Parts: sequence; structure tokens; C-alpha cells
Amino acid sequence: MQIDFQHQQSAHCENGVISNLMNHNGVKVSEPLVFGIGAGLFFVYLPFLKVNFAPGFSYRPMPGFIFRRFAKQLGIKVIHKKFSSQAEAQSVLDEKLKQGIPVGLQVGVYNLTYFPDEYRFHFNAHNLVVFGKENENYLISDPVMETTTTLTEKELDKVRFAKGALAPKGHLYYLEKVPTQYDFETAIKKGIKKTCNDMLAPVPIVGINAMKWVAKNIKKWPKKIGVKKTNHYLGQLIRMQEEIGTGGGGFRFIYAAFLEESSRILNNPELKIRSEEMTKIGDEWRDFALNISRVYKNRSGQENVYEQLSEQLYSLAEREKEFFQKLKKNI
Amino acid sequence: MKKEQVPQDNSGLAKKNIHELCYAVDESGNYTTVQSSGWEVKASALDESMQLIEERVEETKKEILAGNLSPIAYFMELHRMDLAILSSYVGIHRFFVKRHFNPKRFQKLSDKTLKKYADVFEISIEELKNFKPN
Repeated sequence: MQIDFQHQQSAHCENGVISNLMNHNGVKVSEPLVFGIGAGLFFVYLPFLKVNFAPGFSYRPMPGFIFRRFAKQLGIKVIHKKFSSQAEAQSVLDEKLKQGIPVGLQVGVYNLTYFPDEYRFHFNAHNLVVFGKENENYLISDPVMETTTTLTEKELDKVRFAKGALAPKGHLYYLEKVPTQYDFETAIKKGIKKTCNDMLAPVPIVGINAMKWVAKNIKKWPKKIGVKKTNHYLGQLIRMQEEIGTGGGGFRFIYAAFLEESSRILNNPELKIRSEEMTKIGDEWRDFALNISRVYKNRSGQENVYEQLSEQLYSLAEREKEFFQKLKKNI
Repeated sequence: MKKEQVPQDNSGLAKKNIHELCYAVDESGNYTTVQSSGWEVKASALDESMQLIEERVEETKKEILAGNLSPIAYFMELHRMDLAILSSYVGIHRFFVKRHFNPKRFQKLSDKTLKKYADVFEISIEELKNFKPN
């Protein structure tokens, strides 16, 4: 059995699943629009939480937040279910498929057989859509992949019940009810406001302040933990910023695309200018990643290079601060 | 980033013939999406991370040969896990998992406990028990 489902590739899995599920329900929503309305742009620094032997950095909010905010803003009813029994998780999935409803799943990446080896680590908040089942094989639309793919019952069971941080516990979701009319204008404004407030939040671990904190730490790391570990930490920063899913520049380009689209929808030319500025900020993030990679390729170990990286990140933070203050006034 | 600036470097993605989607600006200054085969900067960050894993695996092998660690530690590193992840997969508290790294305690483990580990690592109890690093 196969549901007629249109697979469209996206940069980020969560936006992509929402965008594809909405399309299936007859509402065309682009990935950037989902991302912006769901207030997906973010920065968080969790120095005490070690991921892959380095501190936690993230350029996005907690998995699921974008989806929840997006659905709430537009009045879409989404049903979420988690399971303690694997058999039950499968039977509920099969039943929904029989009813012709495409189902979103939260899965672990480590056992996703179609991913390249380098991408297979214990990250449990990937999203994909199941849109059918043929001879014990599930038909999978993974938004970061170019085409659809399949997983066996056993393979799917394994990724749905991956363990560790953010364990999915079979988490599935589907759109229960979609409204007939959408107020995108209000949703966009609310989304932008939320992002501005997040990025300018007066707390040390999120937004601009978190970037500044990381910038200060980059200076200290070489002395405190040695060059090797420092480079590994910086590598983690690149991976989080540029890894499959961010669309480049730590989501800055997707956000710029969102501002461009919003400028059309809201008929607000200011937002088009903000979009261009955001593109330049994204370019600067790319440049920052490039500079990091040069540091650990040369293995120069001079203290000076870390000072420079630190300054670059600090000035990026200053630039974004100015940016979000302006953006807030445009709405 | 302009459309023509989207990097098309060799990477792990390219090897599996996967392209990722990037957002970039076209000639008329509007956003569009472009597929990318990868970016060297990212590829080197991934390489660094893979190297670290390999180093840890090799290090663990040495420790096992020296009689300081049990095979469980090796398979944990091989599967890119840490103590917390392994502990939640086998359903044994991390305090005990850590104790099972001790070769002497490992020798005394019941088949029932060994099976829990073997299942997670997808090997047989024999393979786990008789693991010899080379």
C-alpha cells in the first residue's frame, strides 16, 4: 500500500517534514516559511553538556519546537504519540498508513542505513515521513535525501527505539485537522518577534550572549585544555553550523530566504533589505568556519590564531545584535 | 552566498552520491536552492571527528591487551557510544556498566548479562567473551 505523497528535498529535516506534510494536505508552504514562523533561528551554548566529547552548541531550538510553534501559530492540530511497546508502535503506524495518512517519525540517526558513515552518530532527533508499506518494507521520505527510500520493519524499529539523549520512544505524529484559512501575516510577525527576543535574550546561554561567551572561551581553551582538544571543540562548532540540515551558515541563509518571502507576503520592503544583510552575516559565518578549518589543518598552535577566531565570533555577535534590534523595529 | 559560490567539493556525501540542499542567491538577487556535493571545510571537520573515534578505539585495544579493560569498552567505542548511551541501550545503570569494564568482573558476568551487551553490539556472546584485539 502506498499513499500518493510528494517528496520534496529540504535542507533541514524538521522543516522539510512539516512542509511536505502540509503540501500533502493541499497547503503550499516553503521550508523557509516553516522555519521562520516556527522561530527556528537560534543559538545556544551548553558548556556542561558533552556531545561527542565536546561542549553542546546548537544553532536551532530543541527538536520539535519549530513544528509545535508553527502548528500553534496556524491552528493546525497535530497528534503526537510515544510508545513503551515496540509492537504497539508498529501497529499504530501500520493502521495510520492503512487509513491513507502519511506519518511523521522521530528517529535516531546512528542506524539509518542510507546515511554516509561519517554522519552516523547517536543523534536521536532526526525526522522523516513514512508514506506506505510494501512487502514488509516501509516507504520513507527523508527530507534531507534527494529521493525516497525504504527501510525494513526491523531497521525502522531500531531507529524508532534508539536510546540515549532525546530517545524518540517510537514518537510518531500526523496532521489531524488543518484549517481552511490561514493567517500567514500574523504568524510571520509573531515568528520574527520570537526570534528577535530569543537572540537578544538577557541570559548567558542563548542568543547573542551565548555567542560572546563562546568567543571568550575560544581564547581560554588553548591554555586550559590544550590545542588538540580546542581544535576538536572548534570542529564541533563547524559541524553544528554547517552539517547537513542547516542549509549553510548555521541556518542564516534559510532565514534570509524567509525574510525575502516575508517581505513579499507582508509587502514590507524593509524586510528585503534585512534579508540581504542576513545573507552577508551568513557569509561571515561561512568565513568563520573556513578560518577554523585552516587553524586545525596547519596545526600551527600559535595563540594568536585563536585570538583572531575569538574576535571574529565576537564581532559576528555584535553584528547580529544590531541586526535583530533593527528587525524587531520593522515588525 | 551566491548560487555559483555553493561549494561542490568531494565529501562523504559525494561518495554515496547524495547531495544536500543549500540556500543561495541567484543572478537577480532572489533566494533559490542549489544542491551541493559537500564542502571541504565540513569534510575536514568530519574527518577530524572520525579520527578521534579511531584513536579512541585503538587506545581501548591497547588497554584491553594490557589487561586494564574488558571487551565491552572496545565495542562501546566501536559503536561510537559513551557510557550514558551504552547504559541506556543495555538497560543497566552506568555505575554497573562501568564496573563491567573491569576484566576480572567481566569474566564473572552471567550469560544473561553478557547477552544484553552482545545483542546491543549485534554479536554473539562467544564473540564478546573471546574478543582479542590485534
